[in-house]
Order: sequence, then structure tokens, then C-alpha cells
Amino acid sequence: MDSSILEPIEAAVTLSVIWIGLGVIGLAFMRAPRLITRAVFPAGALVSLALAATGLWAIGAPPSAAILPAGLPDLPFHVRLDALSGFFLLLLGGVSFGISLFAAGYFRDTGATALGLLSLQYHVFLASMAFVLIADDAYLFMVTWESMALSSYFLVTTEHHEEQNRKAGFIYLLVAHIGAIGILLCFGVLHGGHGDYTFDALRRAELSGFWPTIAFLLAFFGFGAKAGMLPLHVWLPEAHPAAPSPVSALMSGVMLKTAIYGMIRVIYDLIGGIRWEWGLTVLLFGAATSLFGVLFALMQHDLKRLLAYHSVENIGIILIGIGLSMVFIGSGHPVAGALGLIAGLYHTLNHAVFKGLLFLGAGAILKSTGLRNLNEMGGLIRYLPHTALYFLIGALAISALPPLNGFVSEWLTFQASLQAPLLESSVVRSLVPIVAAVLALSGALTGMCFVKVYGVAFLGQHRHELAEKPREASRWERAGMLWLALACFALGLLPVFMIGQLNNVSQALIKAGLPDEAMASGWLWLVPTSSAQASYSPLVFLLVIAAVFGLTFLVVRHVYHGRLRRSDPWDCGFPAQTSRMEDTADGFGQPIRQIFAPVFLIHREIPRADDPRPVFRQEIEDRHWNWLYSPIARLAEFLSGHFGKLQQGRISVYLLYSFLTLIALLIFLQ
Amino acid sequence: MSITSGIVFQVLQSVLVVLIAPLMLGWVNQCRAWLQNRSGAGIWQPYQVLNKLFHKDAVLAHNASSLFRATPYILFGCMWLAVGIVPVLATSLPFAPAADVIALVGLFALARVFVSLAGMDIGTSFGTLGARREMMIGFLAEPAMLMTLFTASLISHSTSLVTIVETLAHRELVIYPSMAFAAVAFLMVLLAENARIPIDNPATHLELTMIHEAMILEYSARHLALVEWAASLKLTAYITIGIAMFLPWGIAQAGDWAGLLIALAVLAVKLALAGAGLALLETISAKMRIFRAPEFLGTAFMLATLGMLIHFLLEI
Repeated sequence: MDSSILEPIEAAVTLSVIWIGLGVIGLAFMRAPRLITRAVFPAGALVSLALAATGLWAIGAPPSAAILPAGLPDLPFHVRLDALSGFFLLLLGGVSFGISLFAAGYFRDTGATALGLLSLQYHVFLASMAFVLIADDAYLFMVTWESMALSSYFLVTTEHHEEQNRKAGFIYLLVAHIGAIGILLCFGVLHGGHGDYTFDALRRAELSGFWPTIAFLLAFFGFGAKAGMLPLHVWLPEAHPAAPSPVSALMSGVMLKTAIYGMIRVIYDLIGGIRWEWGLTVLLFGAATSLFGVLFALMQHDLKRLLAYHSVENIGIILIGIGLSMVFIGSGHPVAGALGLIAGLYHTLNHAVFKGLLFLGAGAILKSTGLRNLNEMGGLIRYLPHTALYFLIGALAISALPPLNGFVSEWLTFQASLQAPLLESSVVRSLVPIVAAVLALSGALTGMCFVKVYGVAFLGQHRHELAEKPREASRWERAGMLWLALACFALGLLPVFMIGQLNNVSQALIKAGLPDEAMASGWLWLVPTSSAQASYSPLVFLLVIAAVFGLTFLVVRHVYHGRLRRSDPWDCGFPAQTSRMEDTADGFGQPIRQIFAPVFLIHREIPRADDPRPVFRQEIEDRHWNWLYSPIARLAEFLSGHFGKLQQGRISVYLLYSFLTLIALLIFLQ
Repeated sequence: MSITSGIVFQVLQSVLVVLIAPLMLGWVNQCRAWLQNRSGAGIWQPYQVLNKLFHKDAVLAHNASSLFRATPYILFGCMWLAVGIVPVLATSLPFAPAADVIALVGLFALARVFVSLAGMDIGTSFGTLGARREMMIGFLAEPAMLMTLFTASLISHSTSLVTIVETLAHRELVIYPSMAFAAVAFLMVLLAENARIPIDNPATHLELTMIHEAMILEYSARHLALVEWAASLKLTAYITIGIAMFLPWGIAQAGDWAGLLIALAVLAVKLALAGAGLALLETISAKMRIFRAPEFLGTAFMLATLGMLIHFLLEI
């Protein structure tokens, strides 16, 4: 290797170390909060941008590897940067650039000590995610995976004086560790007792019988816990609202994606030999996750909780794409498999962008009004016009509406599912389009949910008397949101560029990509297989709508007139119009509650007819607590209660235990 | 086919459909009047209404935001694009590859989201009520619509409407059970999406039953005119999609001027029949309670899914 030429991996490692350095600087200068918000966070944002460029560079370059002079003796850290890692670094860098810019404005009023710690944990969190993506041995992977979990735990519990935040942090840490155990065991299975723990050795390991399936299941559920897959999603709606908004954006936008990365890395690369049954498992879990996520999102009135449930839904959509890819690869159709993989990866990127944007928007609302409850917001478009515009872009993108980015990846997922006639098994063949129907349903429900969010929060009349007029977000915050909003447009209008990059990733990973005809159709037309089969051109789409918009406007003005008069709303002539007559967020979700009643666990308190101060109260709970988590918690308490009997607190009893242990050991040794 | 004649065909088709859309609505209303033993207002009435609305001064609520003012134009743009994409008169138009059937459904969803947001903008009780119901109908109808389109796509191995039309127009003329199921499902979706009886009643302003009309209550003058025009365009677009999928015969190739005349005549007959059929359906059925709509559209979804499964089981 020529040492004078910089390799992508060296750049990535250097940049990640700079992140840690910035965190330490933030801690050292915690008496100077202005320095942290004006210098450390913007510098971190620049590092993000450089890392994104490194990622883009690595997608096209051959894999580069290195051994770090760190770790245990005889067990150095291996790092490697290939196309797949490059793509995820691009995601991490690109999204965290916007979030760090936002954070520079958002944290300006935080107390000095808290800000120093926050800056350390924030940047360590970023750096550990980068290291997870470039780790090339199981040891480094697990170390950085844990440091990612721990640093984000501390970020979630930033406001630890509130009981519910501590509880949320605990649940998060618990599920993260259940997942980590699964991943650890998976590496153990792959290792199989010989060789070392580098990914190269794991890749070469030959597993026989049902061991690959066990490894797959461990990896799937282990990473699924981190990704927020059903039924391991319970930590998500607790942890995301508890964390400060930029951290929620980072966790939801980027951290969940490291779990997707891990899943793809382990299943496609390390285990290999994908079977279609695995794909079907992923597909069905993905479909269930996406439908469940959106139905629960529709029931929420806490904006950040609602967004957290939407993350669950989008993870489901990503899993549908990956599951389709695995089904096709497992049945010997790598080209269709590449389409599914590209759809899944593209949605991973898109979700990171628009969910980051939406969480930042929620943060801007929270900061200027102090509100998180949708039922108390209303009419914010008149105070926060910029935030309202960016949030609208994010809302349209997540609702999978053309011509924005969410639609492109859902469109690709639909195209992948329409390759179903290739499959031999008629059961799977008819199951795949039904999953597509579930995807269509959850897409349409997402549209409804974001009409609810936007309509209730930004439009309509004010529901809540605020002490002072809400102030628009600061320049830093707006810059962060603008960056992500522009990314929504860029990824939506010119998808061909990114699809080309993803095609490289797919080529490197599964040795198959989209057909040449698809890649040769030019930058304007997105074509998954051949232009006779399907094509989509978001730019033409937008231009026609914009042109008709402009022309109609001009023609109407020219031929008729543009006279306008302001007056009170008409509303069928009802004179009094108070904000109590509008739909609340819960009111808007009422049709869903009625149609999908069996899905929810609803507690209602209906007032009696003679109640002088009638109150209607209802709570909606996640059934998973009842059938899965509560029994496990009770079992754990029951067992630990019995183990507690061993602890008598008297020295003679403990001596007796030692004695019995010695006797038992002696028996074994003979 | 040269590029220029393709573009001429494209512009011709779009302008023609945009101009005849209100006529379609007038024809449906006239047929309904005849069926109800009334004399009716004549098939040109919608044009007169539009003209009147364009002449009036617009009245806007004090707290209306720019979203509210932009929505009618966005809506009109979306529907214009929709009729530009659907092969109404001719196939292989230059705009057609810009969007396939999935993008078309996305386009209708985009329009629906904007009109619902506009309904919530003023913050009146009826506006939010309409928006809530419209989104409910929308999320029920969209999967059913997609399943119908997927059935056609799986048959023709393509989601491009042009390929679908060409495949379906040139195959053997027998009854395909999958397409029969899909056609019934499509008809149910068409009724729901265009705010027709039995889901909604376009002729009523009775507070508790309206859906679409409740959302657009606050619009007046030119804004209302555009919204109404877009609604008639949407109805025409749906009917022409139905024609393209289930009765595709007689469509011209872009650039084929002789074929165009035949295609025009055939299209006029098809649209007249479809409009009369719609009026008949609306006359013989009654409006449903709002919470019967999930059953209605659930049935549509099931029919479409059945159609697709039948295609997999019997027709491959």
C-alpha cells in the first residue's frame, strides 16, 4: 500500500477521532457555553460533511482496510470500509450535518455543566456510530455498539430530574442489552469455536445444518431490538420523547439505521447463503411492524411519541424491502433481489432525512412554545412560517407523496414486490403482493396521520393561550432544517444519482445489480428494470404541476381579475367559532379508533349524565405490554424473589455455601 | 412517431380533457335529472357556474394562510397532470413515462392531502370534519385502488399505463375472471374517491353527511371554481383510467391522425355511456352511514385481492 495516498478508511478513522476530540474539548471548556454552541457543534457539523464525502468516495472505491494500534494485546481493532459501510457513512454524515447545525442553535440556552457533558456524549455517540459502521471484527463491533448504546442512554436521560425520563432510559438500556446479547451469541455461532473474531474469519466459517438459521434468527432479533421491530419496539416511543430533540433526531434518523446496517452486514455478508424462508420471516415481521407502527402513531397526541411510532412504521417498510430482496435472492433471482435491496437501502436513507427533519421541527416547536401535546397547539404557521414550511416538506415526504423522496423508495419497494411472478412457490408468490397491499395501507394511513399533525399543530385556530408570542427558530436551527428539507427534494427529484451509488453497493454485496437497461436510461428517468415495465420521472412530474400552477394563476388574473376581500369564516353561517369546535388530534384519529378497535387496548371513562363537571378520558395502551413484557417482568421478579432467600445476611450461612461449593467441586474433579 | 407530433398529441389530449371535464359532470347531472323525472339544468350548466365563479370577488377568512390560497392551483395542477398521463386518446405520449400507475395513485393522494390541509386551515368545525372523513375514505380506498392496478400490472408485467393498455387491448377477447373482480373493485373505489353516492353526495350541503363539500366550504369565487373544475377533472381521470384498463379498444397511437378521429368518436361514446351508468348507479342506491364506508371499501379491497389471487391460480 502506498502510504502517501490517503485511503478512505484512514479518512473515516481520523474524522471519527476528531469527533471524540471535539467532545472532550466541549467538556474541557464547559465554562464557555458560547464556545461550545458557536464552535464545537459547527465544527462537528463540518466533520459530518467530510465524513459524508468520505462515504461517497468509498462507495465507488475498492474496499480499504486497516488495523488500529488500539485494543487489547494480540487483539487489535480491525477496520474496513467497503461500499456498504460507505453508504451508511454517507447517511450518518449527511444527516448529522443538519442535526449538528440545528443543535448549535437549539442548545444555546442549556446550562453550562449540562452543555459540556452533552457535547461530550453527543460527539462520542456520533463517533461510536461511525466506528460501528467501519468495524471489521466482532470485538470492535461489540465495543462500539455498547458505547453507542451507553452514550445515547446518557443523552436520553439528559433531563434526568424527571422520573419518566429515567424510566424511559432504563427501558431503552434493557432492550438494547437484550439485543446486544442476541448479536453476541450470533457472532459466537458464526465463530463456531475456531479461528479469530475478525469478520474475514466469520465470513469464511462454514456452518452446517440449522446453524445458519440460528445465526440468522439471533442477528435478526438482536438487531431488530435496536431497530425497533415489533415486538421489541417498546423502548422507542419512551426514549425518543425523553431525549432532547436533536438527539431524538439522531437516534431515530441515524442510530436505528446502524441496526439495519448490522442486519445487512451479518445476514448478507457474514452468514451468506440466504434462504427464502429467512426472507419471508423478515417480510412478515416488516409488514406487521409497519402497520402496527402507523396505527399507534395515529392514536398519539404527543408529537415526539407520534414521530417515534412512525419510526417503527418506517423500519417496517425498510424490512419489507430487505425481506423482498432476501426472498428473491433465496429463490435464485439476484436481479430482483438487488431491486429489493436498493429499495430498502434507499428508504433507509430517506427515512433518516425526513425523520431527522421532522424531529428537528418538533424540537423547534417545543423550544418556541414549550408544547409537545398536539391538542394544545394550533395556528403555528402564523408564528413559525419557516418551521412550518420545512415541517410540511418533511410531512409530505414521510407520507410517500410524489415528487418527494419518501415516494421514490416506496415506489421501488412496490416495483420489487411486483416481481413476484418470478417466484416458483405459489404461496409466496401470492403473499408478496399482499404485503405490498399492507405497505399501501400503511402509506395511506401515514398520509392521514400527517394531515392530522400538520392540520392540528400548524393550521386552524390557537387552542392554547401562550404567555408570549412564539418566536421563530434561530438561524442555526433553520439552517439545519433547510439542509434536510433540501435533501428531501434532491433525493426525491434526482433519485437516479443515488440509485447508481446503491447499485454499486448491491454489486459489491450480492454480486448483482439492476439490469443495464435500467441504468442506461438517463438521469431524468428512474427505471427499475426496463422502461416498458415501469418508469417515473419526478422532475417532469414537478415541472408540469408547477407550470400548470403558474399558467393557471396568470390566466385567471389576466382573463378575470385578482380581487380579494377578507372576512370572517363562513362555516355554514354558524356565528361563534371557537377553537374548541375544531378537531383535536384525538378527534382526528377517531375513525381509526373505531375501525381498528380490536388492535388497541382502550380504557374509557365516560361521565355520568348527572355529573356537574363531566370529563371524558380515554387511554390507549400497547397490547404488547400485557402479553409479552408484563409476564416476563413478573417471572423475573418471581425468580429473583426466590433467589433472594439465599441471601440470609449471616456469615455462617455464607460459609456453609462455600463449603457446599467446595464439596461439589471435589465431586466433579474426581 | 416524431417528437413534435407526440407533443402535439400530448397537448391536444390534455387540453381537450380539461375542457370537456365539466361537460362530463353536466352530462352525469343531466342523466340523473332525467332518471329522477326532472328536466335538469342542461349539460352546459357547469361551464356557466365556473364562469360565474371566476367573475366574483374572492372572499377569504381573516386567518387563512398561504397554503389555503395555493391549494386550488396545486389541485388543478395535479389533476391536469393526471389527465396528461392517462392514455385517453392515444398511447405512447411523451409525458406518459413520467408516471406509472403507482405514481398516479400518489398524485391523487398528493391532491387529497392538500385539499384536506386546506380544509383544516381556517379552523372551522366543518372543515376539520370534512378533512378527517376525506382522509378516512382515502386510506381505505387507496390500497383497494392499488390492488386493482396491481392485478392489471401483473397481467401485463408492467406498471406503465401505456403498456397495460396495449397488452389488454391486444389480447384474446374472453372474460378474464381476475379483471372482472378488479373492475367491480375499481368501480367501488371510483364512487368513493369522487365523493359520489353511496359514500358521499355531491349535491348536498346537509351538515352531518357531507365529506368533500365540508372541506371546501370556505372557498369562494376563483378558488372554488378551480376546486370544482379539479373535482370534475378527477372524475374524468378516474373514468378514463377505468376505460383504459377495462375497455381499452379503439385507442390510437400517438402521431396516428386517422386513428385519432376514430379514437375521439369511440371515446365520446364510452364517456357518454359511463356517465349515464354513473347516474343510474347514483339514482338506484342510497347514501350510506359514514361508518359503513369501511365495509364498502373493505369489500372493494377484498375483491381486488381475490382478483389478483385468481390471476395467480388460474391464469398463469
